[in-house]
Amino acid sequence: MAKVTLTVNGRAMAGECDDRTLLVHFIRDRLGLTGTHVGCDTTQCGACVVHMDGKSVKSCSILAVQASGSTVTTIEGLAVQGELHPVQAAFNQHHGLQCGFCTPGMVMTAVDMIARHGGQLDEATVRQELEGNICRCTGYHNIVKAVLSANEQMHGAQRQAAE
Amino acid sequence: MGMEGIGARVTRKEDKRFLTGKGRYTDDMVVPGMKHAFFVRSPHAHARITGIDASVALGMPGVIAVLEGKQLQADGIGNLICGWMVHSKDGTPMKMGAWRPLAIDTVRYVGDAVAIVVADSAAEARDAAEAVMVDYDELPAVTTSLAALGADAPQIHPEAPGNLIFDWQIGDPAATDAAIAAAAHVIEIDILNNRLSPNPMEPRATLGIYDEAEDHFTCYTTSQNPHVARLVMSAFYNVAPENKLRVIAPDVGGGFGSKIYIYPEEIVCLWASKKTGVPVKWTSDRTEAFLTDAHGRDHVSTVKMAFDKDHRITGLKVDTVANLGAYMSLFSSAVPTYLYATLLSGQYAIPAIHANVRTVYTNTVPVDAYRGAGRPEATYLLERTIETAARELGISPVELRRKNFIRTFPYQTPVIMTYDAGDYEASLSAAMQAADWDGFPARRAQSEARGMKRGIGMSCYIEACGIAPSQAVGSLGAGVGLWESAEVRVNAVGTIEVLTGSHSHGQGHETTFAQLVADRLGVPIASVNIVHGDTDKVQMGMGTYGSRSGAVGMSAVVKALDKVEMKAKKIAAHLMEADEADIVIENGDVKVAGTDKSLPWFQVALAAYTAHNLPSGMEPGLKESAFYDPSNFTFPAGCYIAEVEIDPETGKTEILQFVAADDFGNIINPMIVEGQVHGGLAQGIGQALLEEVRYDENNGQLLTASYMDYAMPRADDLPSFSLSHQNTPCPGNPLGIKGCGEAGAIGSPPALMNAITDAIGINTLSMPATPLKVWSALQAVQMRQAAE
Repeated sequence: MAKVTLTVNGRAMAGECDDRTLLVHFIRDRLGLTGTHVGCDTTQCGACVVHMDGKSVKSCSILAVQASGSTVTTIEGLAVQGELHPVQAAFNQHHGLQCGFCTPGMVMTAVDMIARHGGQLDEATVRQELEGNICRCTGYHNIVKAVLSANEQMHGAQRQAAE
Repeated sequence: MGMEGIGARVTRKEDKRFLTGKGRYTDDMVVPGMKHAFFVRSPHAHARITGIDASVALGMPGVIAVLEGKQLQADGIGNLICGWMVHSKDGTPMKMGAWRPLAIDTVRYVGDAVAIVVADSAAEARDAAEAVMVDYDELPAVTTSLAALGADAPQIHPEAPGNLIFDWQIGDPAATDAAIAAAAHVIEIDILNNRLSPNPMEPRATLGIYDEAEDHFTCYTTSQNPHVARLVMSAFYNVAPENKLRVIAPDVGGGFGSKIYIYPEEIVCLWASKKTGVPVKWTSDRTEAFLTDAHGRDHVSTVKMAFDKDHRITGLKVDTVANLGAYMSLFSSAVPTYLYATLLSGQYAIPAIHANVRTVYTNTVPVDAYRGAGRPEATYLLERTIETAARELGISPVELRRKNFIRTFPYQTPVIMTYDAGDYEASLSAAMQAADWDGFPARRAQSEARGMKRGIGMSCYIEACGIAPSQAVGSLGAGVGLWESAEVRVNAVGTIEVLTGSHSHGQGHETTFAQLVADRLGVPIASVNIVHGDTDKVQMGMGTYGSRSGAVGMSAVVKALDKVEMKAKKIAAHLMEADEADIVIENGDVKVAGTDKSLPWFQVALAAYTAHNLPSGMEPGLKESAFYDPSNFTFPAGCYIAEVEIDPETGKTEILQFVAADDFGNIINPMIVEGQVHGGLAQGIGQALLEEVRYDENNGQLLTASYMDYAMPRADDLPSFSLSHQNTPCPGNPLGIKGCGEAGAIGSPPALMNAITDAIGINTLSMPATPLKVWSALQAVQMRQAAE
């Protein structure tokens, strides 16, 4: 058994688990945060994406003990006081989700993508960046629209503030 | 239409919970004392089981039980069934082999369940399953349908000699043969429809809970139709009587057909819960999903299409062999027959059609309905054939289609269906305009100048949705009626619950069904809740598949709303001392037409429940239910155009544009309809370019059992899509809806393959058109040209 200490969505959490426990299972089963999903077991589908120390990671390919000591944000921690994050709002506005199963991973990936590109996103870049997230419902059309829209909103607002 | 009524582009009510991680899927469910299951599965495609030794596994940490098929059988649990009886053309019934929830003597595909291990944790169950020693005597295996029909093929079920399940036909063989004999031109083509895995992103899961005190079972499951699951588990599998079995399908992460069926795992987990006295949860991993979720397609066909000297189609003869896998899944017999061959007339007036379909057992996972279910196979066959015919006859594929379009309705095809309404020319013209069809030669020249191969292709599809008139499908062998139910409960404060037998697993019913109520009663959609997916809450219903939720499910809501409205008007007329015929409901108020008399909706609802002042003899309350049985199928249709560019150095196909022009009848929410088309297109394009289930033909091992081996469409494989609608209302249901869930997957594969073969300059190429296949085809063309 291994001891794992994490800050998850701003709260310090500690627990014991098998050495082999994956971060995603620790988050789901030990912390009860079931918004992070397991879709493929082979690091392909991205339903399990969370942010670890500010970077998006696939929580199915990290042991919980490896993550110990880090700060993790899951989909449950993205909205602030009930106010949807601009990426979440854009997914709603542009119908970027259907069954919702891939959605948490998509949203977490998109938030990270928008942050990394500093506002410089176009359709081709978004499609390439989404390569590690599989959606079977939407054909990606509206996900791409939502990411571009959120990017515009977030960086457009920044640009306006700077001007 | 109001702001939130029919036709409004309303954002979805259900989104917030999915966007904030608050969706509740089956694997998210936790109940006190819950334990975890792992299934011991056959590593062989075909083998005799000679012994099962669980002694080591039973001593491992956390293990509670290892249960096997003989115990299940001894407890009277029944075999899985196919619920649609199809007869061979000689009148004999289909030959259904036994499908035991846990195999006892013989395993018939890799992944066939043999035993269940229940342990404290999922990891411990998995560890222990590895230690269950099953002795097998391997038998020869066969994975392809044609090989299974061979004289020396291994025999898979004793009930089905030669592995033939049925040999069925539809249409008029003599008239068709005569048309071919008299034809000016006959086009012959072989068509393969590749085997696919549906792959909803949520893997299947189930949680079986037995309550000993009440002798009652609860089953959480990833189902598209929880009521049918309860019916089948009760009536055929002897799990429990219906009143002792509650089935809940909570949030379900996509289905695409694969979650229609009742699989062994639900049955076994419920039984294991009673056996062990603890709730038992099982969640599939992705490889297990590839190994055990019902696959789709897998047809091998030969086609003859006859034309007269004016290029009118005079006859169509089709011979198809369909692979149904190792066991007959719930609707497997209907897919390659009544959902396939009845659509072989397409959008064309074809006086004589004959189709012969043989279905066979193989040592592969069962095959059943996958998005489109039979209609993609029919459309692909027809649209590849007519395109090939145009090329061989040397005329425009557009003109050949136009010449043969059905233009008057209703139209009776020679293969059962009566098309009620449509305008195929409208979709064709719209698609051609959107794609700038006429500008293609110039674009092709530009590509050629860059050393690239450019191609354009179209497909004109028709499909049948809104299944289905119960009497009609009953006469064709269906074991159930295919109506839908609804209950509209108006609360005393005027808010509304709609209980529907339809099930949403991504389709957005919580929004669209509420829009229907908003449209009728003028109440905001925020005051309408849609309840579904729980047999304890909702009256018997038939679930969601075949694009039936709008055409059938919402029609049932309309019928229930009619009754609610009628009673509300009676109450309002009584309260306002007016004539019932003068009462209208507008913008949330109940008014006397032509006067200033008006009551807010909630006051009428409140009056129904206080019952202080109701018309004489009226029962209190405002709650009505209805069952709707459709009078016909609905017939969505459209025209899709794909334009591609191929790099001859690599064989890689790039989709430059994809245009969809659809006739879905009336539309409740255009945003949601567009989303359905996008998703369907992605799956159809996946079939054409990327996806194929492959088994090793020598030993029956599944070679494509993860996302590293099975090519799922990713964002950078697809373009953005160009969509339009040319809607003709469906005359067969009150809302004029045809259905939109499957069209994208039906119409797109032939459009893409017609474009790719156009670019290469050949007529035959099998799906998926991988870079290797395309490159090889280009090499063959070049060698042929060099030789000439």
